[in-house]
Amino acid sequence: MQDINWVALIVFALLFCFITWLGFAAAHWRRGDLNQLHEWGLGGRRFGTLIAWFLIGGDLYTAYTFIAVPALAFGSGAIAFFAVPYTIIIYPILFIVYPRLWRVSHKHGYITAADFVRGRFGNRWLALAITLTGIVATMPYIALQLVGLQVVIGGLGFIGEGWVGDLPLIIAFIILAAFTYSSGLRAPAAIAVVKDTLIYITAFAAVIVIPWQLGGFDKIFAAVPPAKLLLPVPGPNTTGQFSAYATLALGSAFALFLYPHSLTGILSANSGHTVRRNAALLPAYSFMLGLLALLGFMAIAVGVDKLPEFTAGFTAFKANFAVPALLLYSFPSWFVGVAFAAIGIGALVPAAIMSIAAANLFTRNIYKEFFTTTISDRHEAQMAKWVSLVVKAGALIFILFVPTQYAIQLQLLGGIWIIQTLPAVLVGVYTRWLNSWALLIGWAAGTVVGTWLSAAVNIAAVYPFQIGGWTFPCYIALATVVLNLVLAVVLTPVFNAISQKPADETLASDYAM
Amino acid sequence: MQSTNGPGTKPNHGWNWWYLLLLAQFVPALWVPLYNSVEPTWLGMPFFYWFQLVLVLICAAVTAFVYFVTESSQQQ
Repeated sequence: MQDINWVALIVFALLFCFITWLGFAAAHWRRGDLNQLHEWGLGGRRFGTLIAWFLIGGDLYTAYTFIAVPALAFGSGAIAFFAVPYTIIIYPILFIVYPRLWRVSHKHGYITAADFVRGRFGNRWLALAITLTGIVATMPYIALQLVGLQVVIGGLGFIGEGWVGDLPLIIAFIILAAFTYSSGLRAPAAIAVVKDTLIYITAFAAVIVIPWQLGGFDKIFAAVPPAKLLLPVPGPNTTGQFSAYATLALGSAFALFLYPHSLTGILSANSGHTVRRNAALLPAYSFMLGLLALLGFMAIAVGVDKLPEFTAGFTAFKANFAVPALLLYSFPSWFVGVAFAAIGIGALVPAAIMSIAAANLFTRNIYKEFFTTTISDRHEAQMAKWVSLVVKAGALIFILFVPTQYAIQLQLLGGIWIIQTLPAVLVGVYTRWLNSWALLIGWAAGTVVGTWLSAAVNIAAVYPFQIGGWTFPCYIALATVVLNLVLAVVLTPVFNAISQKPADETLASDYAM
Repeated sequence: MQSTNGPGTKPNHGWNWWYLLLLAQFVPALWVPLYNSVEPTWLGMPFFYWFQLVLVLICAAVTAFVYFVTESSQQQ
């Protein structure tokens, strides 16, 4: 074990104690009956513009993002910046589509995407497919939040060496599990306010102080190898990294709000207008993410991976250690404590929301739908609380005993899987013309083909499609959701001819402003 | 919150022509050859990086604009 940075550790621990208190105290905030699932799991749908901004921002821009995007810039250069166009184009989608989904969900008491699909299409098997996809895609995402936490705990000096090295992670996770159980979505909402304030302070301090120390951005970018500075211009007969960059951004954007935790954040807002206001306000986080991505280049300029004091960190965490190492190199210990706490707490907020979202899905769309016919509100909420514990325990065990690489690969596959719910959920918000059985077959085909294509390139996100002598590298999620949609459209008349369409419990007016 | 789409008013298809301004954001964000260059640099930052950062701010402003025009048209 390397030397422990005591000053940073004390600041980190104090901030953690503060948010632990806040997490439990949040149960009394905007008081509601926490024995109701929509109170525990959606905060009673009462968050106004500002709290929704902190909550959704803290939910989408996760600790792992803050570690992994600069790490990708550090290792691979310009391609990492796809996170910026990605987080630009999510907002037109949020603005146009999601207020409608918010309104119909509010009207009918839906708390998950599968609830909506069940009501809209009246097909419990399609709803089950949406549910399973959501849960399976979320689990590795929670595990990755732990990776973010592990990296900053490693930065404080706790690296490897058996269970003592893992102890801080286990403690952090027990705290997370306890306050999520007792306060539900109110806990991450309250903590997000603290966490995001710290993250903004860290990001702006880093982007002002570090370039100043290093002699300006021209010096920083001069240190970046030319091959990493821009995307390579494609050769003849290929769209090269240009299409990889654009399709990664586009596919990721369509996938993002299909994740259960994103929808949980959106549905907790107090109106469709709040959702729309946030589409204009949340880009502040995109801007910060872009600034943080630049930390990867600053880490190159400093050459953090060649400094002897960071050898242990890079051995344990590889490029993911670039940001912690840069912060340790550039800032006094007390500020390192603040910055690491921002990232560490930043892991707990999305992990809490993700576990709540997965618990809502299991309780509403598996347990209630398939295993019990009558269930009291109290029983339903209690079930979800227990499931949220199980989900988190599963993620913790996964990260302690399975190589991190598998969590990263599963999360990557998760993006390919979750986008397959787009035709039922996003298209379903506008029309129920598509037949639910055709949607189910499209979903299955997209999931299988997407997984298979990704496996064919060793679990990568981008597949080089060959079309008429041209090579078109494309994000697999985007290509397979097109296949999914085409199948759903083509098969709809077929299934309409042989089966009766079940009733739609929603009305056109349920979606309107 | 007032509903202008109760019985007897025009149906709401969830579409407004102002949304085209939102969808237009996709073009500069995804058209990579537009910004994949070092020059012109700004504060020592290659065009590739500062363009995309500035684009975040412009798109946010456009979204805010569309919010205000569509919200006020709904209240009439």
